[in-house]
Amino acid sequence: MPPILELHGITKRFPGVLANDHIDLTLQQGEILALLGENGAGKSTLMNVLYGLYQPDEGEIIVKEKKITVHSPNDAIAAGVGMVHQHFMLVPVLTVTENVMLGVESLIGGVFLDRKTAASRIREISQQYGLEVNPDTYIKDLPVGIQQRVEIIKLLYRHADILIFDEPTAVLTPQEADELFKVMRSLVQQGKSIIFITHKLREVLAVADRINVLRLGQVVGAADPQTATENELASLMVGRAVELKVHKLAATPGAEVLRVSDLRVFDDRENLAVDGVSFEVRAGEILGVAGVQGNGQTELVEALTGLRASLSGQLAIEGHEITRASPRQIVELGVAHIPEDRQRDGLVLNYPITDNMVLNTYYRPPFARGVVMQHLAVEKAATERVQQFDVRTPGIQTSAGSLSGGNQQKVIVARELSRPIKLLIAAQPTRGLDVGSIEYIHSRIIAKRKEGCAVLVVSTELDEVLALSDRIAVMYRGRVVATVDSAHATKEYLGLLMAGVSPDSIKPPEKGEEATAVF
Amino acid sequence: MTATTTVVSSKMLAERAHLTRNRAFGIAFIVIALAIYGLFANDVKPEQISTFGLNQGAVPAAERLPDWVIPSYGTTMLLAAASAAIGAYQLVRGFGRATSVMLGLVALFFIFAFLTWATRDQSINLAGMLKTMVSRAVPLSLGALSGILCERAGVVNIAIEGMMLSGAMVAALVGSVSHNLWIGLLAAMLISGLLAFVHAVLSIKYKVDQIISGTVINIFSAGITSFISSKFLQVYQELNTPGTFKAYPLPGLSKIPFLGGIFFDANIFVYGAYVLLVVVHIGLFYTRWGLRVRAVGEHPQAADTLGINVFRTRYINVVLGGLMAGFAGAYFTLGSVGRFDELMTAGRGYIGLAAMIFGKWTPFGAAGASLIFGFAESLQGKLAILKVPIPSQFLLMAPYVATMIALAGLIGRATPPAADGQPYEKQ
Amino acid sequence: MTQAVSAKSSLNWQKFLQPLVIPALSIFTALIVGSLVIALTDLTVLEALKNFFTAPGAAFSASVKAIATAYGSLFEGSLGNPAQIIAALQSGESKALANAFYPIFDSLVTATPYIFAGLAVAVGFRCGLFNIGAEGQLYMGAIFSVWVGFTFKGLSPWVHIPFALLAGALGGALWAFVPAILKAKTGAHEVINTIMMNYIAFRLSEWLLSDKGPLKRPDSANPISPFIEKSAELPRFFPDPIRFHLGFFIALGVALFVYWFLFKTTLGFELRTVGANPNAAKYAGMSITRNLVIAMCLSGGLAGLAGANEVLGLNHNLALSFSSGYGFDSIALALLGKSHPLGVVLAALLFGTLRSGATRMQNVAKIPTDIISIIQALIIAFIAAPAIIRSLYRLKGAGEGEGTIFTRGWGK
Repeated sequence: MPPILELHGITKRFPGVLANDHIDLTLQQGEILALLGENGAGKSTLMNVLYGLYQPDEGEIIVKEKKITVHSPNDAIAAGVGMVHQHFMLVPVLTVTENVMLGVESLIGGVFLDRKTAASRIREISQQYGLEVNPDTYIKDLPVGIQQRVEIIKLLYRHADILIFDEPTAVLTPQEADELFKVMRSLVQQGKSIIFITHKLREVLAVADRINVLRLGQVVGAADPQTATENELASLMVGRAVELKVHKLAATPGAEVLRVSDLRVFDDRENLAVDGVSFEVRAGEILGVAGVQGNGQTELVEALTGLRASLSGQLAIEGHEITRASPRQIVELGVAHIPEDRQRDGLVLNYPITDNMVLNTYYRPPFARGVVMQHLAVEKAATERVQQFDVRTPGIQTSAGSLSGGNQQKVIVARELSRPIKLLIAAQPTRGLDVGSIEYIHSRIIAKRKEGCAVLVVSTELDEVLALSDRIAVMYRGRVVATVDSAHATKEYLGLLMAGVSPDSIKPPEKGEEATAVF
Repeated sequence: MTATTTVVSSKMLAERAHLTRNRAFGIAFIVIALAIYGLFANDVKPEQISTFGLNQGAVPAAERLPDWVIPSYGTTMLLAAASAAIGAYQLVRGFGRATSVMLGLVALFFIFAFLTWATRDQSINLAGMLKTMVSRAVPLSLGALSGILCERAGVVNIAIEGMMLSGAMVAALVGSVSHNLWIGLLAAMLISGLLAFVHAVLSIKYKVDQIISGTVINIFSAGITSFISSKFLQVYQELNTPGTFKAYPLPGLSKIPFLGGIFFDANIFVYGAYVLLVVVHIGLFYTRWGLRVRAVGEHPQAADTLGINVFRTRYINVVLGGLMAGFAGAYFTLGSVGRFDELMTAGRGYIGLAAMIFGKWTPFGAAGASLIFGFAESLQGKLAILKVPIPSQFLLMAPYVATMIALAGLIGRATPPAADGQPYEKQ
Repeated sequence: MTQAVSAKSSLNWQKFLQPLVIPALSIFTALIVGSLVIALTDLTVLEALKNFFTAPGAAFSASVKAIATAYGSLFEGSLGNPAQIIAALQSGESKALANAFYPIFDSLVTATPYIFAGLAVAVGFRCGLFNIGAEGQLYMGAIFSVWVGFTFKGLSPWVHIPFALLAGALGGALWAFVPAILKAKTGAHEVINTIMMNYIAFRLSEWLLSDKGPLKRPDSANPISPFIEKSAELPRFFPDPIRFHLGFFIALGVALFVYWFLFKTTLGFELRTVGANPNAAKYAGMSITRNLVIAMCLSGGLAGLAGANEVLGLNHNLALSFSSGYGFDSIALALLGKSHPLGVVLAALLFGTLRSGATRMQNVAKIPTDIISIIQALIIAFIAAPAIIRSLYRLKGAGEGEGTIFTRGWGK
């Protein structure tokens, strides 16, 4: 049987980077093909080319044995190709019906919207594929998992035969992800074909029929999920034998540094994001907070660092109450914060490295005397730190915005770890970074732990949490559902906790499972 | 030192917030009631009466409505009592979602009490006042509609003032030269559409900050209209006498007592405003065009991935907004005074934007806000006649202060379209 | 291994001139368009165009004549007539010297309020604020300073002048405080609020100078305030008719202060950070509210000084519409000067010169002064969208740091 989709020699260049380098790819009808690769490998670019959001510099696309040119999503949709984006393309203030029919509206008299016809069609599709949803609800009132269903319905509404899923499980719990895989199997059984983009090995092995691995814009290998191992795939993704273990000595925790008691915090929508959380972190230990994005970790970190007011509860650093403290007071107590969104919160992209290096310490000697800033001292400190922390930059006056993601994060790390600190709070410290930067930052965090600093690592990457932490707290729906020693934790155990399964109903894992590092 | 901890559930907190809001409004209502009593009722002698004329202009004797005469003291006391009652209810029970409506009602009571007090032992023509209100509201609501068309698609348009000004001048000039009001009107719309197109190019194609590109249009318009006015229109009078559109009473509707003369005996600008309000409302919320426009304004990337041309939608809407602003501008010359004076729009474009925000980016909301602002303007004129001891300049400030109050969200949070003001970058 | 950090580069002419290219070309192009407007609205040219096919050259030469007269008188009005200057220098006679140098000094006089107002808008931009209220704040500054000027008698100039100036700054700062606090507490966009405050200021000044108004001069029929005391007047340096006064130097001093404040102090660092990235500013422990309010009030104070300058240095009293459009002009200034004090001073000198010459252009060439607004609008447009200039003149790619302040919609 001829393949339903063929890509031959797709090449796409951006200024300074070859995102896709003569890529060949085939998709058989009725199969799930996984495109595996780390951040920046070119997977999303390739799919954006297929979907018409980018124009390829070279190469051809053949759908159902016919060569097509895709100038815009309209062409892709017409050829039967649909894409479920990582960040949902749904308008929050419109209803499900309106979102689904946008662009292919049913009309009365050629001008007026026919919501009824569209809604009944949506109900049909809903039933046929097991995607339950009420067409008249507003998107903003729907939970994330259901919103994703709407995205899928959008594609089926337009008679898509080839569905592309771009990192679909980024915002789902492991259990919700399994639900999604069931839906994918159902779609495939009814004749659809799926391309599934991800960087998560576990998912690939769980659901794919075939695997293609991308690295640096090229297809570097194909694999069969029945026989491939995680290590093999990881090596293909990174291009070298990957060290899957982080070396660290056993922890020797000292005095308590951070104490959180019964903390409650509202999110922006006035829902209770943190609902009675308590824990402590001691000097010389790393407490990791695991959980799927959106279970209150962001608000927890914001409350700890003074960026968000808490409702009730207490926070204390070495006995000093900081519940109502400002970010500045918390910094002055010896707390360092590596923020979750480095470009939004951690840096001013227009400023040079020098200014960014003193972003939260500019007002203290030696960087300022009274109100007058001492630029020489600032430059001296910046030069030293850039060298110490291996920041790759043409100079210290380069603007932060011109640096790569990894180097930007290194500037932040350099800034936060260069002053005497008692507590380090690192939120998603290696999100979106290349392998080299990830390894570097992990080693710095472990080094701080060795120095006797208390460390709190909040991360949605389970592998990272398992590799770094001495103890792991799992957050689900704003609560810490369990705190375990990392030696006793396995991914499966943590995954179940992250999905809200009560700790009492899970059989605890046997000791001996090794922690695996992220790539 | 530890602080006491209180276990608070989110439900309790939400309720507490509601209570405070209720209390605040309740107290506000009672304060207004006290103000009505203290400022107005107290200053009225029991035998005084207020007279409101209900006839607009020259009306044949047969259709003449009698003047509406009310006891000044009784009315003001009644209004004070009513406001107090509403305030009390608000404090005890709260009106829930109807609170905003009650706020409007109490404000209305205050205004009417003010009028009653101001006209004690005198009379004013209420019908005339309301008619002025409508005509003052026309450019504001047309300006607001222009803003809605642009902003619903995601483009902030602060250049409505400049577009209106240019439209006014071109209407006067072309109308005079061609001796044809309709050609003048058309020219006004075309020139404003052109200016809108420039605004669109600057902000969509060149991604200039939309406020800056709007300001450019305003400065340019002010400059070129004053330039042409000084050089030509004031020198050659025949270039600045286009005449005006005459009022056309609608058959049947204009015969309705009291309201007919106010709403249905006006020129095409007023009727045009009625029609456009309805058309834009239906268009935005019931047609394919409207759905796409709103999607582009809220989440342009989503619209893009579904094959909708974000740039083209924005260009079209901005130009439509320009045409609308041109129509509004022509009102100043061809619908009102019949000649162009420098800078005659006097900030009306900005007030139109305020009406748009006040009205939460909906046509009928903006129309309501425009009527309120129009009323303030017509009130100011009458009060001088009534020898109310407030300097007229302060009354002229009223629309501006009201705008600031509206923007401060005292009428509830106004949320613009989510992508308003952000240039769209194709990923 | 990290690369060695590059040493501070020596003064590189190319680096110095590069950022001037776009502004210079913008001004040049705007003047060209202005000349087109002048030509096409000139009656002789229009007449000649009617006979275009019979005598094509006539239209062209008439245009050239119109443009030359216009810009010629603009030049003379702003900088003076070279021949007249040379003759005066040769004669050495004080009256002749005064008349010959009058234009150039008067350009400096006109530029002075622009410096203040441009700085005001620039400071706002640096904090991410769009202060269109400079006009109203200017009025309030004038009102406060004129009141101090004529109310207090018998003070020494060393006391009276600073007092009156501070009053002016206070007036402007107070006027800016209202929109500032509204923005900080309710998120209401300062664009509309400052515009509203402008109109309120106009009405307020109308009332203050009206017949029963508290600021009106008792023995005059016009809406005008009493003259200020001699001790409050800013001293002039040259005999009449040259009006050049101390205000110019005060403006330069203030510009220097603003530079120092923005770039050398912690307060300025905070202000700029809040403008560049409010989220990072919050993370860094800076108070957004406090900085917004400080920036707006500083901005208002600077605009107030512009008004005070006009009252104390130029008119010595307050009359209605004593200022014309400084508010919007100063936006152009701040943009042209890239919100940097040095750039603002240079831009203000340019605009002041143009405005000053425009009066003569109106008298001699019969071109209404509004042409300057048209030219200004074009300059802003070209500066804000450098791509236009670039494609017009076939220049190469985008330089860094060309983004001006990006404000967002109506209050997020």
